[in-house]
Amino acid sequence: MKYVDEYRNSKEAKMFAEAIARTVTRTWTVMEICGGQTHSIAKYSLQDLLPPELSLLHGPGCPVCVTPVELIDKAIHIAAMPNVIFCSFGDMLRVPGSSADLFKVKSKGGDIRIVYSPMDALNIARDNPQKEVVFFAIGFETTAPANAMAIYQTKSENIKNLSFLVSQVIVPPAICSILESPQNRVQGFLAAGHVCTIMGYSEYEPIAKDYKIPIVVTGFEPLDILQGIFMCVKQLEEGRFEVENQYSRSVRKEGNLAAQKIIQEVFQIIPRQWRGIGEIKQSGLGLKPAYSQYDAEVRFPCEFHYQENATECISGLVLQGLKKPNECPAFGKSCTPESPLGATMVSTEGACAAYYRYQTVQS
Amino acid sequence: MRRLLSLPNGAIMNLENEINFSMDALNCPLPIDASSFITLAHGGGGKLTQQLIEKVFQPAFNNPELETRHDGAVIDFPKGKLAFTTDSYVVNPLIFPGGNIGSLAINGTVNDLAMCGARPLYLTVGFIIEEGLSMEVLWTIVRTMKIAAEEAGVKIITGDTKVVDKGKGDGIFINTSGIGIIEHDLTIHPQSVQPGDAVLLSGDIGKHGIAIMSAREGLGFQSEIKSDCAGVSHRVQKLFDASIEIHCMRDLTRGGLATALIEIAKTSQLSVTIEEMEIPVREDVKGACEILGLDPLYVANEGQFVVFVKADQAQQALQIMQQDPLGGSAKCIGTVADSPEGTVILKTKIGTSRLLDMLSGEQLPRIC
Repeated sequence: MKYVDEYRNSKEAKMFAEAIARTVTRTWTVMEICGGQTHSIAKYSLQDLLPPELSLLHGPGCPVCVTPVELIDKAIHIAAMPNVIFCSFGDMLRVPGSSADLFKVKSKGGDIRIVYSPMDALNIARDNPQKEVVFFAIGFETTAPANAMAIYQTKSENIKNLSFLVSQVIVPPAICSILESPQNRVQGFLAAGHVCTIMGYSEYEPIAKDYKIPIVVTGFEPLDILQGIFMCVKQLEEGRFEVENQYSRSVRKEGNLAAQKIIQEVFQIIPRQWRGIGEIKQSGLGLKPAYSQYDAEVRFPCEFHYQENATECISGLVLQGLKKPNECPAFGKSCTPESPLGATMVSTEGACAAYYRYQTVQS
Repeated sequence: MRRLLSLPNGAIMNLENEINFSMDALNCPLPIDASSFITLAHGGGGKLTQQLIEKVFQPAFNNPELETRHDGAVIDFPKGKLAFTTDSYVVNPLIFPGGNIGSLAINGTVNDLAMCGARPLYLTVGFIIEEGLSMEVLWTIVRTMKIAAEEAGVKIITGDTKVVDKGKGDGIFINTSGIGIIEHDLTIHPQSVQPGDAVLLSGDIGKHGIAIMSAREGLGFQSEIKSDCAGVSHRVQKLFDASIEIHCMRDLTRGGLATALIEIAKTSQLSVTIEEMEIPVREDVKGACEILGLDPLYVANEGQFVVFVKADQAQQALQIMQQDPLGGSAKCIGTVADSPEGTVILKTKIGTSRLLDMLSGEQLPRIC
């Protein structure tokens, strides 16, 4: 398949692996931000191609993983209401709230629909005028434009029976939060290619400069990731700390201006809770006052307070790159995709689920 | 690929076009004055039940055993070992690109018999119908079952119909049980698999799961991909006719190729290595999987199987499979080794290796 197969070529993968091995002279720790990249690294066993000096840590870029428990509980509460059709992306349904998940609500008769796009929720709302339709608008900058467009259209078409449970987060504040942690081990970042396709990469330049850390905007195919690692390691070895763009076939420096415009129309920057990490300042997108009538939290007021129970789960440390999934005592034992202790074991983009599903032959 | 809204209303006509029914056969045979929908009375055992049997089921499944209208079928059975299986079919939507619940119900059970190494002979059918199902949809399903049964060379010799209240079923559920005869001395089972065996795959994978997903209301994603729903017994029979020493077979249904191979590896306590490069997946199926974040290795099929054969017969078996009109893309995808026990190893396109594991549930479309 064009634009896919060329980036899964074994000869070129070997070439990049050799180039990385030739470049590395000491130990380095690099973090890929995006869960899609983590998934590719595990799926193609890329760590097997890298020299032992190079360690990969997996970042917080899995939208399912970082959605706070309180919000999952709200989703469960709203989805169980009799007159509600609750629409969600598929992999949110398995994420455990404090006592249940959306699948359980569905099995008890809740009308929960898996949709592929927020625009599908608009159609469902138009087709069911007597029902309240709620869309679980989660994700990073990648899902923000489509979610914003759906909210914008809901307002312009005056659709009264559709609202949005919003849990949008943004990447740069999370990078700063990781770098400011006293236990931080990350020496270079692979930034998320699709996030930068929307937002561009100017906002990463001050981070690279201030924290003296190389950032390479990187794609998701195995060759993208190997090349991104190579570019990052080369900067580290040469003592440079710049923003470079490996994913130039998709990312321009200024990003997608139309997409940014619709995000700015509908959303404003707010503080957000990240599951397993806590609140990160200025790290979320919330609805602007002009759109608050479409906020499901306003339409269905309810409060949930979640007290993290003490378990062996270290998903918060995994999300911050402080630990690897297989360093958790519960990994593969009391925590599996069938009975996850933390959200990182749920989503296919969660680091723990990726490690569990894509075991290497040696492990 | 294109994105459309939902499918259901036009779906019946699409299916009819594919199967090339004559218009006469399409017309539901029940008289106009009868209900155009199934009612509870159709399952009540009275006149409407009789009418349903006489006008819908008997004309479609016509054979002397069914004609006796007895409580069960009495059949002559050839000498030899017997294979017996049962399966229940629930699918949403009932009619999808490339098939419907009726074709699934016949082919699924026929294929289970074929995987036991049996030649399928007889089926039973149980219908659980939800009140309100359109008679035309029922007729479409029954007609498709007739065609699938004829293609597989099986007779439907006894059956049952129940009607449940509106809201207590999903349109229609079908159970079929099947009997087949084993006409060879091979023991076809994972424990017959030997180190060195070749693993052959009957054709390209993933079409059924993607077709269902694209037709499912609410996902808002449609493609031209049709289900591969088909009987495999003729293809298997050709291997037996050529005296291929088959050690094990498995049809690829829910869970896809990966799950079938993992089950065999675990039961046989051997190691199966497959090459990602050799696994045939059509471009449009690959594209749909890439967009939805699905792994084709785990996507459902309804007309494909894997067969484990002695290595020295692999080429001959592969040629036989490829000569079948449904088997053009058949491939040898891997081999069997002693260890590591109970594992399936995928050699990826970029030259690394990893273990395949069963999924904990259905694959779900990803977020971004």
